[in-house]
Amino acid sequence: MENAVEVINLTKRFGEHTVLDNLNFNIVRGKITTILGFSGAGKSTLMKHILGLLKPTSGMLRVLDTDLSTLNRVGLREFRRNFGMLFQYAALFDSMTSFENVAFPLREFTKLNEAEIKDKGFKLLKSVGLEEISYHKLPSELSGGMRKRVGLARALALSPKIMLYDEPTTGLDPITTNMVNELIKDTTDAHKDIGLTSIIISHDVKATLKISDYVAFLDHGKIIEHRPVDEFLESKEPLVRRFLEL
Amino acid sequence: MHYINIFSLNWYNIYFMEQSIASARKPNFLKKIVQSFGSFVIDDIKGLGDFALFTIKFFYWSVKPPFRVKLGFDQLFFIGNKSVFIVCLTGAFTGMVMAYQMYYGSKLISMDTFVGPIVSMSLARELSPVLTGLIVAGRAGAAMAAQIGTMKVTEQIDALEVMGVDANQYLAVPRILAGTIALPILTIIHGFVGNLGSYLIGTKVLGIDEVMYFSKLSQLMFLEDFFQGIIKAFFFGFIIACIGTYHGFSVSGGAEGVGKGTNLAVVWGMITVLVVDFFLTSFLVHIL
Repeated sequence: MENAVEVINLTKRFGEHTVLDNLNFNIVRGKITTILGFSGAGKSTLMKHILGLLKPTSGMLRVLDTDLSTLNRVGLREFRRNFGMLFQYAALFDSMTSFENVAFPLREFTKLNEAEIKDKGFKLLKSVGLEEISYHKLPSELSGGMRKRVGLARALALSPKIMLYDEPTTGLDPITTNMVNELIKDTTDAHKDIGLTSIIISHDVKATLKISDYVAFLDHGKIIEHRPVDEFLESKEPLVRRFLEL
Repeated sequence: MHYINIFSLNWYNIYFMEQSIASARKPNFLKKIVQSFGSFVIDDIKGLGDFALFTIKFFYWSVKPPFRVKLGFDQLFFIGNKSVFIVCLTGAFTGMVMAYQMYYGSKLISMDTFVGPIVSMSLARELSPVLTGLIVAGRAGAAMAAQIGTMKVTEQIDALEVMGVDANQYLAVPRILAGTIALPILTIIHGFVGNLGSYLIGTKVLGIDEVMYFSKLSQLMFLEDFFQGIIKAFFFGFIIACIGTYHGFSVSGGAEGVGKGTNLAVVWGMITVLVVDFFLTSFLVHIL
């Protein structure tokens, strides 16, 4: 199996505090991998390393066959265009409408003309199930679920190879949680041809396990379990069992 | 274990107990003062260093494409156009008040015809750039810090970075350039309206002869006076926008952090305008 992300002996320290402790694991290309863990386990720090926003204290990360340590600042910025990210609260630009949010990366990084941008933007918004009436609304006029849809459409605008979801279902009602989960699953399936890899960072075990192919459990900076989802559910690891039984 | 029978304590015992507790606490108290003073100094020096780095980054990004001209014009509209009314209002009243003050002062020595040039010179060299700077620091500087700060706490800046857009270039460069261009223009407007106010009060209300008013004005006012104000405004605009955007990027936490950042942007913007004005004046009076 081909790997989208290879984490090799990754350690990150902030002063005396070790946040990631000699991590070794891979994320399979084209699959949905969920990284579970309690608050403060190091999930966000790991995500920032995958994005190249943080540098490891030691060890290395190979993302899409590229050793991130070989890239300079500008190279890293360009490399990040391989990623799409759905933030916890969608992080939409509040001065722009839904369409303008989706059009933003297209205007920044493609040579498409305005008509093509409009066409692609509308298609993306439609593909995530946003109603046409909301295309020209500001984020403040949208519900939490709608914002997530727009955030996902924006993240998909540049056809990323890796999609990162930061706590995608935290704080949402059960119906919206289900909708977001289906959206993640559908998005990954719809982009199977390009081998879209989805990485979900979450502590919402029930919501994310339904759609995951692989699960990694992070605790105090160490991966204590990393298996396909059906094997993970049978894990004998006491902490994982405690987490699953919550 | 040794217990103190509190019923057996008299004032003498209590006095000595208090003394011993106070002496035991003294080194800690001193240590705390030194520690808090030290951390205050270190934080300030670090803050100054961060601000210097931020300014250097601005110069780097402002010469690197893509040049976001539309964003720059949007900011120019926000800082400049939306400040025109308040600048005109301040300018008019400053000019009118100055005319009154100068008239009654100069009349005592029969120099009331000098009201025009005195007011005009004060406005051109000092009042227009400083007052406009203070207005823009309060209005646009605060807005810059609040906008960028809100973007930071709602992860919008992270979203830019993940997309591969440099947040400094996208958010700070257009604002700083717009501030640097807008302030001299606003200063000219302030000076013009101030002079108009002074002229109206001087000639129409206080009865100074119009011909004398303009004749003294043309005799005593020079282009250098205007240049001094415009040069100052240029620096003030740059500094206010740098401080506003820097405090926006420095925001941490939630709404409280945004409020704190906005407050700091206004306070430091205004203080810096006054301090820099002193140094610029002491330099410019020698060369202009």
